[in-house]
Amino acid sequence: MTSIDITSSDRTTMSSDISLLDPGHKAAGLTATNVACWFGTKKVLEGVNLDMAPGQVTALIGPSGCGKSTFLRTLNRMHELVPSATLAGEILIDGVDIYRGAIPVTDVRRRIGMVFQKPNPFPAMTVAENVLAGLKLSGLKTTRSERDDLIESCLSKAGLWNEVKNRLGDPGRALSGGQQQRLCIARSLAVSPQVLLMDEPCSALDPTSTRRIEQTISEISEIVTVVIVTHNMQQAQRVSNRCAFFLAAENEPGRIIEEGPTKDIFSNPRDPRTNDYVNGRFG
Amino acid sequence: MVDVIVMTGSAISAFALSYFFFQILLPVSGALGFLVCWYVFFNIISTVAVWELRGAVKAKDHLARVFIWTGGMAAVVPLILVLGYVIGKGYHSLRPQFFTQDQKYVGALSKSTEGGGAHAIVGTLEQVGIASLISVPLGITTAVYLNEVKGRLTKPLRMIIDAMSAVPSIVAGLFIYAAWILALGNQQSGIAGSLALAVLFLPTVTRTSEVVLRLVPGGLREASLALGGTEWRTTSRVVLPTAKSGLVTAVILGVARVIGETAPLILTVGGAFVMNSNPLSGKQDALPYFVFRLIRFPQEAQVQRAWTGALVLVILVLVLFVIARAIGGRGPDHISRLKKRRLKRKGLA
Amino acid sequence: MSDRGPRNYVVSVVGQSAPSDIGTISDPDVVVHPVVRRSGVDRIFRSVATSSGVITFILMGLIGGFLLLKGYDALKVAGWGFLTDSEWAPDQGGKFGIAAILPFTVQIALVALFIAVPVALSTALFITEYAPRKLRRLLTAMIDLLAAVPSLIYGLWGLFYLQPRLITLSKWMANHLGWIPFFHVDNQYGTSLGIFPSSTFVSGVIVSLMVIPICTAVMREVFSQAPPGEREGAMALGGTRWGVVRDVVLPFGRGGIIGGSMLGLGRALGETIAVTLIISPAFTAKWSILDQGSNSIAALIALKFSESSTFGISALMAAGLALFIITLLVNAAASTVVSNSRSGSSTEI
Repeated sequence: MTSIDITSSDRTTMSSDISLLDPGHKAAGLTATNVACWFGTKKVLEGVNLDMAPGQVTALIGPSGCGKSTFLRTLNRMHELVPSATLAGEILIDGVDIYRGAIPVTDVRRRIGMVFQKPNPFPAMTVAENVLAGLKLSGLKTTRSERDDLIESCLSKAGLWNEVKNRLGDPGRALSGGQQQRLCIARSLAVSPQVLLMDEPCSALDPTSTRRIEQTISEISEIVTVVIVTHNMQQAQRVSNRCAFFLAAENEPGRIIEEGPTKDIFSNPRDPRTNDYVNGRFG
Repeated sequence: MVDVIVMTGSAISAFALSYFFFQILLPVSGALGFLVCWYVFFNIISTVAVWELRGAVKAKDHLARVFIWTGGMAAVVPLILVLGYVIGKGYHSLRPQFFTQDQKYVGALSKSTEGGGAHAIVGTLEQVGIASLISVPLGITTAVYLNEVKGRLTKPLRMIIDAMSAVPSIVAGLFIYAAWILALGNQQSGIAGSLALAVLFLPTVTRTSEVVLRLVPGGLREASLALGGTEWRTTSRVVLPTAKSGLVTAVILGVARVIGETAPLILTVGGAFVMNSNPLSGKQDALPYFVFRLIRFPQEAQVQRAWTGALVLVILVLVLFVIARAIGGRGPDHISRLKKRRLKRKGLA
Repeated sequence: MSDRGPRNYVVSVVGQSAPSDIGTISDPDVVVHPVVRRSGVDRIFRSVATSSGVITFILMGLIGGFLLLKGYDALKVAGWGFLTDSEWAPDQGGKFGIAAILPFTVQIALVALFIAVPVALSTALFITEYAPRKLRRLLTAMIDLLAAVPSLIYGLWGLFYLQPRLITLSKWMANHLGWIPFFHVDNQYGTSLGIFPSSTFVSGVIVSLMVIPICTAVMREVFSQAPPGEREGAMALGGTRWGVVRDVVLPFGRGGIIGGSMLGLGRALGETIAVTLIISPAFTAKWSILDQGSNSIAALIALKFSESSTFGISALMAAGLALFIITLLVNAAASTVVSNSRSGSSTEI
C-alpha cells in the first residue's frame, strides 16, 4: 500500500485527557463504512459496514478465516503494516477519518488500543516498566506520583494488582500466561485509549484468567469502547452488547452477514446462516 | 549390565589381539598404528558379539553408535591437542616483560625471555580497535536498516553483503595493499591493517546482527506500534534492548575472530621490532604477524618468542570467547545490577 | 471476483446495513492511501539507517569494483593463458596462469573435506541424537571454540606437531596404497621420509580442522529440526536409534549436509595461513597428494606480494579475483541448496 508521507509538523491536539482516572476521559465510537481489504490481489473482506457505539462492547463472531481479525486491524491502522495490504472504505473515530491524516497515525493507535491473541509483554522490561511502556513509546509525560497511581490503577483494572504488587520488579515474562495477558491489557489501558480492540484475547488462556479478563471488559466498557473478536460464542453472549457475524463463502471475500443486539443474534437471528452458526451446526 | 560386560570383553580381547599382531606378528611399531588396530578389532569383535546376542538389526545399530561416538570425540580431541601443545610450548618463556617490552634491545644472542611483544600487542589492540570502531556501528545500523526500516535498497544490499562475506582474508589484504598503499600512495601502517580487517569484519557483523534482530519476535514490534509508538521508539526501546545480549555476543565473537586474522595483516602493517603506538603512520606489528614472522627465524630464541606470542593470542581469544558465552547465555529478561539500582531509584522495583 | 485488484472508482455513499449480507454486488471501492506523517525524530532515524545502508553498499561495491578493475589489467595481458599456463612469472615478462595453482587449491580443499565431512556428520549426529543432555552444551561450546581458534595456531600445530607424525603415515600410504594415483610417489628416495613433508596431504589435514566446525554447525542446526513426529513414528515402529537416524534424520537433513559441506569447501579454498606455513610452493600440477610441493591461490598471494611490481600485483589480484569468484559461487550454491531443501527452509547460512 503506498502511504503518503507528509513532513509538515503541525498536529491536531489530542482530544482526550491523559488518564483514565480523569473524569474528562470519554469512550469514543467507531464507524466503518464500506470497508474492503486486499492482500496483494486477493480480496479478503468486502462491503463491511459497522457502527461501534461508544461505551458498548461489540463482538465480531464467525468461523476462522472470515476476515474478522483483518477487519479489526483496519480499525487501528495495523493492517497497512503488511507490505502487500490494501484497503478501501472509511473508518471514523467520533466522526474523524483515521486514514486521511487529520490525526497522526501514532495518535490513532494510542487512542485505539489493541490486545493480541498471544500475550506479548516486553522481555527487556519489568512488570512495572511494561505497564508504563506505552507512555514512553508514545511520548506522554507524567510525574512520578502519577506514574505510581497509574501502575496501580491499570493493574487493578486488569485484575492483576494483588497478584503482582510485590513483584513489580520482576521481568515481564516471569508471569504465567494468563497474568501476562492481563499485564498486556493493563499496558494498553495505561495510555488512556478511547477504544480497545481485542483479538481473541483469551484463546490461549485457562478458564480462570478468561473469567477475570471478561470481568475486566465489563468493568471498563463504560469508559473504553471494546471491540472483541472471539471464537467462543458463549463468551460473546457473556460480554457483548452487539454482535456482528462474519462469513466468507468459498473463494469469496468475508462479509458481515448479520449484526445487531447480542440477544437478537443468538435467540432470534434473521439469516439462516447466522442461525446455523450460533446453534453450532458449523464452526 | 550385559552391554557393559560385552563392551569390556570386546575391548580386552581386541587389545590382546592387537598386541599379538603388533608386537609379535608384524615388525611394525608406532602408537598410532596400534590404536587403529585396537579400534578396528574392537569394532569387529563387539559387533559380532552383539550380532550373536541380539541379532542383525541391533548389531548395525551398535556399529553405527560406535562410529558416531568416535566421530563426536574426534572433533574434540584435536582441540585439546592443539591448545595443549601451544600452552606447552609457550609458557616457558612467558614473563611479565612480554607485555611491557618490545624487541628494541633484543640481539641475536638474547635469551628468549628478554624483550617482549608489547609492540605487537599494542599493535593488535589498536588495529582491531579501529576496525571495530569502523565496522560495528556501521554494521549494526545497516542491520537495523535491513530488518526494521526495510527500505528499497534491502534486497541488493543483502546480496552484496553476502557476496562480500565470501572475500578470502588474503584478498582483503591485497585490496587494501593495492588500493590504499599503492594507488593512494600511503605506507604500510596500523591503519592500513585496520582497514583490511574492517573489510572482513563489516559483512560479518552486519549479517550476525541482522540474524539477532530477526530473532526478536514480530509480536513485540506490533505491540509497541499498537501502543502508539513511533518507529524510532519501537526500535530503540523495544527491539534493541531485547536484542542487546545477542548483539553484544555477536560483536565479541566477531572481534575474537578478527584478532586472530593474519593474512590481511601480512600485506598491510609491515611488521616492526619496536613499539609504534601511532597507528596512522609507520609500520606496526600485530600479534599474529609477530608469531608468523618469528616462527621462521633460525634462532631458537626467536622461535620460542613466537610460541609465547601464540600462547598470548590463544589466551586472548579464549577470554573473549568465555565472555561472549557468559553474556549470550543471559537472554533479554536478565535484569543487571545496574538496572536494578536504577529502577529502585525510580521507585519501580 | 475476489482476486481482482482494487479499483479507483468515484465514491458512492453506502448507507445502513441491509437485512441480508451486504456486498453481493460489488459496490465501488474507493481505495484508501493512508497518510503517514513521520515526526522529526523518525525521519532522522530513517535517514541515518538508510545512509548506513547506502554507505555499506557503496563501500562493498567499491571493493568489488576495484578488484575487478585491477584484475582485469592483468587478465588483458594474459588472455586465456591465465587459465592454461602453469608458471607464475608476471614480472619477468613471462606467462602467468593458475593452471597449476588452482588444481592444487582444489586438491587441498578436497582432502580437507574428505576428512571433515564424515567427522562433522558424526559429530553433529552425536550432539543431536546420541549425546547425553548435559554433554550437549559442552560439546557445542567446544565446537564453537574450535571455530574461534585462529588458523595461525592450527598452522603452527600442524607444522611442528602433526607433520612429523603424518609423514610416517604418508610413507605407509605411498608404500602400500601407491597403486592408487593419488597416493603414488616416485620411489627415487627409497626409504627416507624426505619427500613427504610440505605436501597437499598434510595441508589438507590441517585445513580440515578449520572446516569441521563450520560443517558441524550447519548440520547440527539442520538435524535438530527434524520433525519430532517422524522421529517418534520411527521409534514406535520398533526402530533402533540408528534406524531413526538413517530413516528420518539423515533424509531430512540431506540439504543441510550438502550445504554445510559446500560452505566448508568455500572456507577450505580460501584458507591462507595454515597452507602458507606448510607447503613448499610448486607450479606443476599433479595427481599425487602425498609428495612434496603444493600450492594454493591464497598462499601464492601471501608469498609473492612483497616481491611484485605493480603489474605483478595486478596479476595476483586476478588470481585473488578468481578465488573470490569461486568462493562466492560455492557459497551461493550452498545457501541455495540449504534453503531449497526440506530441512533448510528455516536455517540460515
